[in-house]
Amino acid sequence: MTVNPMTAQQVTQKIVNNEPLFILDVRNEDAFQDWKIEGKKVTYLNIPYFDLLDGVEEILDQLPADREILVVCAKEGSSVMVAEMLSEEGKDVFYLQGGMKSWSEYLEPVKVADLNNGGELFQFVRIGKGCLSYMVVSNGEAAIIDATRMIDIYTSFAEGKGAKIIHAFDTHLHADHISGGRKLARQTGAAYWLPPKDAGEVTYSYVPLEDNEIVKVGNEEIIIHALYTPGHTIGSTSFVIDDQYLLSGDILFIDSIGRPDLAGKAEDWVQDLRETLYSRYKELSENLIVLPAHFMSMDELNSDGTIAAKLGTLISNNHGLNVKNDAEFRRIVTENLPPQPNAYQEIRKTNMGIISPDEEQQREMEIGPNRCAVR
Amino acid sequence: MNSTKVLDAKGMACPMPIVKTKKAMKELETGDILEIHATDKGAKGDLKAWAKSGGHELLKSDEDNDILKFWIQKG
Repeated sequence: MTVNPMTAQQVTQKIVNNEPLFILDVRNEDAFQDWKIEGKKVTYLNIPYFDLLDGVEEILDQLPADREILVVCAKEGSSVMVAEMLSEEGKDVFYLQGGMKSWSEYLEPVKVADLNNGGELFQFVRIGKGCLSYMVVSNGEAAIIDATRMIDIYTSFAEGKGAKIIHAFDTHLHADHISGGRKLARQTGAAYWLPPKDAGEVTYSYVPLEDNEIVKVGNEEIIIHALYTPGHTIGSTSFVIDDQYLLSGDILFIDSIGRPDLAGKAEDWVQDLRETLYSRYKELSENLIVLPAHFMSMDELNSDGTIAAKLGTLISNNHGLNVKNDAEFRRIVTENLPPQPNAYQEIRKTNMGIISPDEEQQREMEIGPNRCAVR
Repeated sequence: MNSTKVLDAKGMACPMPIVKTKKAMKELETGDILEIHATDKGAKGDLKAWAKSGGHELLKSDEDNDILKFWIQKG
């Protein structure tokens, strides 16, 4: 029977559309437990490929007949081997093209909104890692916020829109993924903006992003208003776009809040985080649509594929915005935190320009989920 | 360490390092030590898990100029 590739894009479509999918994940158990493809209608079997070298007969009765079967491994090789063995046993199967490596690197562009004066706002969903980046396009110009290192996706998307990228912003110094902001700026001539309080140790030049900075994109039509909101990092900055959209970086997520410990200063930054969430954000209009820099679970995905919610909704529903007592808040964000993102210290150093790993090393460093939140 | 045999799996992509290791291990006696050299980063977690599931013991692993080295004792 047949063996066919399935791309990360095709898997993403199935997840967004809530289609059933059976995943035979042949990575080792630790890798599977740590990080996997998730979706509301995804079911799994995890058997390492090295336990299947002598044959797949033993697992045949564990494979469903009523849905597509996708074999997944780290880089593709082992999934192809297992898929071929299953095919010889009479099964129709798919393998994930490029493995979890491609899954980690795939970005799905989703339109969030038409802006005033003809602009557009897009969210780029890095579904495998839960990272979100944004592009504002207006009248031949584009700005990108929290770019991933896969910058070709943004440059070709902007080109398709007939826009030149003129600004690349990072809301903060990232610890879970390698920023593409600097590379994007080098390649396109765009300005690279970073909050100066997060840039104390950086080795390159950048444009300092200060509180209340106003940047215009496309013939002064779209206004990006920077709002200093420390807590996840000391420099963390949010943006209000077009008076309607709040890009909250790693401070506020849909169902969780940012963790203050990834730069090793949880105790120092707890109060900043509390003030940002409980004072600065609560002074803003509840009608703002919050667009975070991460999501943690597929439950946060809206039916149109975006990750977005009204600030007012989060103020009522997000547990992290509803902790009455200071001491309790301090305890939640400093104790029993989830494990830190893979290689987060190396990732921070890369984003500071202190180390320069090659592409393969960058890929390895980014393996796994983002883990920037506490719930 | 006294390796009974050295397996060169450098430049091989997954699943080949494990396929070759399994084959080489079959030809050894219980207590023998197989030394494996690989460059595929995935070998680190996979050899460890494979050794465990096969009843072998990963005695030592090392990294030397991007070459991963493993010593596995046949169980």
